[in-house]
Amino acid sequence: MSRTHDVHPYIPNSEPRVKRQMLDFLGMESSEDIYREIPEALRFRGTLDIPEPILSEYRLQRHVEALLKKNRNTKDNLCFLGGGTWKHHVPAVCDTIIGRDEFLTAYVGDAYSDHGKFQALFETSSMLGELTGFEACSTPTYDWGNAAAIACRMASRTLGRKEVLFARNSGPSRRSIVHNYCLPDIAVREIAYDPATGLLDLADLQRCLNADTAAVYFENPTYLGTIETQAEEICRLARSVGALVIVGADPTSLGVLEAPGLQGADYAVGDFQPLGLHMSYGGGLGGFICTRDSKAFVGEYPSLLFGICETSTEGEYGFGEVFYERTSYASREKGKDFIGTCAALHGIVAGVYLALMGPQGLVELGEGILQRVAYAKELLARIPGVKIAFDSISYSDFLVDFNGTGRTVADIDGALLDFGIFGGKDVSKDFPVGQSALFSITEVHEKEDIERLVAALTAICR
Amino acid sequence: MAEPRIRKNFHQASWDEPIVYEMSTPGVRGILPPDVDEAIVEQVGDVAGRLPRGTRRASPPVLPELSQKHVLQHWIHLSQETMGSNLSNDLSEGTCTMKYNPRINETLAQDPGFAELHPDQDPTTVQGILEIFHKFQKVCLEISGMDAVTLQPGGGNHAVYTAASIVRAYHAARGEADQRDEVITTIFSHPCDAATPATAGYKIITIYPDERGIPDLEAIRAAASKRTAAIFMTNPEDIGIYNPHAAEITKILHSVGALCFYDQANANAFLGVARAKEAGFDMCHFNVHKTFGTPHGCSGPATGALCCRGFLARYLPVPVVESDGNRYWLDYDRPENIGKIRDYLGCAGVVLRAYAWTAMMGPRWLRECADVSVINNNYMQKIMETIPGVSSAFQGNGIARQEQIRYSFEKLKNDVNVGSEDMNRRMLDYGIPWFWSSHHPWLVPEPMTLEPCESYSKDDIEEYCAVVRKVAEEAYGNPAFVKNAPYHSVIHKRIHEEEFDDPDRWALTWKAYQKKHGRI
Repeated sequence: MSRTHDVHPYIPNSEPRVKRQMLDFLGMESSEDIYREIPEALRFRGTLDIPEPILSEYRLQRHVEALLKKNRNTKDNLCFLGGGTWKHHVPAVCDTIIGRDEFLTAYVGDAYSDHGKFQALFETSSMLGELTGFEACSTPTYDWGNAAAIACRMASRTLGRKEVLFARNSGPSRRSIVHNYCLPDIAVREIAYDPATGLLDLADLQRCLNADTAAVYFENPTYLGTIETQAEEICRLARSVGALVIVGADPTSLGVLEAPGLQGADYAVGDFQPLGLHMSYGGGLGGFICTRDSKAFVGEYPSLLFGICETSTEGEYGFGEVFYERTSYASREKGKDFIGTCAALHGIVAGVYLALMGPQGLVELGEGILQRVAYAKELLARIPGVKIAFDSISYSDFLVDFNGTGRTVADIDGALLDFGIFGGKDVSKDFPVGQSALFSITEVHEKEDIERLVAALTAICR
Repeated sequence: MAEPRIRKNFHQASWDEPIVYEMSTPGVRGILPPDVDEAIVEQVGDVAGRLPRGTRRASPPVLPELSQKHVLQHWIHLSQETMGSNLSNDLSEGTCTMKYNPRINETLAQDPGFAELHPDQDPTTVQGILEIFHKFQKVCLEISGMDAVTLQPGGGNHAVYTAASIVRAYHAARGEADQRDEVITTIFSHPCDAATPATAGYKIITIYPDERGIPDLEAIRAAASKRTAAIFMTNPEDIGIYNPHAAEITKILHSVGALCFYDQANANAFLGVARAKEAGFDMCHFNVHKTFGTPHGCSGPATGALCCRGFLARYLPVPVVESDGNRYWLDYDRPENIGKIRDYLGCAGVVLRAYAWTAMMGPRWLRECADVSVINNNYMQKIMETIPGVSSAFQGNGIARQEQIRYSFEKLKNDVNVGSEDMNRRMLDYGIPWFWSSHHPWLVPEPMTLEPCESYSKDDIEEYCAVVRKVAEEAYGNPAFVKNAPYHSVIHKRIHEEEFDDPDRWALTWKAYQKKHGRI
């Protein structure tokens, strides 16, 4: 027979004598003396139909681990998926810091008892600014798509213009998020890409740029896996009509790719996930926005902004909220868009990662990824029927064209599972590329991993 | 009641920690990425060198250069200079529901069976995590009484924004998008109930409370019209008063064709006690990181569970996790969906932890959370109202408060010019984390909003009240001393705070600080 417990380890005052003592102090019989404020018709008088509790921590762990065992993970299988969440090495120090109860369980305290939180996020902003070529940076947004969408609205407000041009070779989720965010008052027009190179179609861009263009958004590297070598030209064209430029960037690529701010862009946005965060089934995201440091740009951020200041003790740093009046916390519907709980912890970890890597680490990481991808492309292109979609240099992600194999991507990916391989993402529904898949290779892919993929695909496509 | 013990000799960790750039030594390394196999290098050569000019980075990014030990040390110091709720008496952060965040759930979130999953894996390879999503969805539906839910929003405000997007889609589908351009909210509802519908394009009408602190029902009746798209309201509101007119309000709004959204950020008060369904709402949301015991992470990652009635399910963002009881899959085939709100399925780690938390609670202990929370809060109120200089919003209106209360130091401010922020800084010296004052506008003057949820013991509550009493006494005895606090926190009192609003002085990055403050 199972024991009946009348106290829960997470609820100290569930201990019946303590609870009785508190009710006696209040002159109350039970919590019903408080719930009397809720009209009877609104009361729920049943019992919640959810599973009975698993009170033992041991059994809870067994229960959840049994569910997780139903998953096939990327440690036991070889994963070539990227496109917004990437498998990079997560340094042990990052795991240590993310697990610290101090950071893990803090929330909205000011920069006295939570001084460390402010300093950590200020430092992340400082490093990210150096990486992207800007001097202002927000606290984390929900994710990259959210950052891109916010930047579009910021640009629209800064210029008082109502149209955004969105590169069609960008991520489909981000595209959807931007459309949703701009719906009330900003038109989103999509700019074609060149089907031969995968790069932005500059002629189409020129056709679409006009006096109401607030911003041009493009990604570098593009979602379809090419490096956008026309970045400076895109910025120049945008400037010719007075429009601003937003670049979506994979931050790990910025050891080898030029900083968007130095190419003429006005905003850089992207995701923290590749900077020391586990993929966690898409839970590792957190967006960033960097801009120029002037009131015209900073004044339009909806996010909290953490700045540095002095204290009454000489030489001591303090931190606080910059231009708080902007936010919806301060000004409700008159604030800039809205702000809420986003992904601060991931922003903190990204700072740890960047400090671990340092300038040289990031350069070596980037150079190594470029080489591994080039090697994989060469080998894959030798498989009969398989082509590499675009003739360009790729950073991490690249598009593989399976149209010549007579097989669908779904079919090929299904067959790869039997080899313990998670193949590329099927993009056939999102882009007019037929049966093509987006593969991703990072520093975690060794030569033998790439060769294992090639051998499996050779066998499957035979 | 024995005299509660307070931490008279407390001092928070104060490392006088430099900015990471000040710790940098050129050439020092923190971690080395894996080398590329020589055979690969031989075959492909220097790929970076083939990048065109202007595309390849001209000079390496200016990042700090530290050994691994010093990186670890620096961020451990910064963590110690942060007061997480797992290590403090954090009933301070009212409206935030600072529950204990169980360690076992962190262990589970590190399991490679979760942490090493890519979100684009074939659904057949992620049946376990999809099952967890589906089961947690059922918990949300049972607690709300609603029919469908999405866990995609990355926080509470994001869920409320999603609701505003659904309101827009619903009226557009009925051809009334242009006609219905107003959203009603109440001033003690969270600011997001005004800000997110505004972001979605709506004009906002704000209802103020009557003399008892309840949103003015007649004002709502007068505001509702054919122009109304929806009402967005919190209940209980941030001052802890349950709005007894909730059902009447939904009837008024429905009678003019508007939708009703129930902000349930404060759901801890009524788990298993009252539901959105019975009050007639069409949508509601939970802050999963608050009500379901997952960590707040210095402000995220988080999850907002947006629940709705069946007739609105068609608008939910894609994909939706579906199941036939054996198998789980992702449904993208929903042509009227509002688009994506966040990438993938949302913050899966929050969902996993919340699932584990509810699995350990079950129906009985979820209800116990609510019971103990409201008892704790009333117990605390009775002590707090005996402290000189302290009152509570709408004190003496005869309404029992639910899970939280907004207190006021108005009298203290009038008497000795010590207000909410001064109290906050001095209370830090006794190991109490920074308390939540209030969102703006400060309708309740010199506010302090406290929420002694079920994780806090009777001793915690008594200690907290004793610290408030002690500092209030200090304020009456020596106001200047309190106003110049803190003395035992991480840092001392900030000066020149006006620079945070000055574009020529504010500095969001180290580089900007060096430039603007003459360091280089």
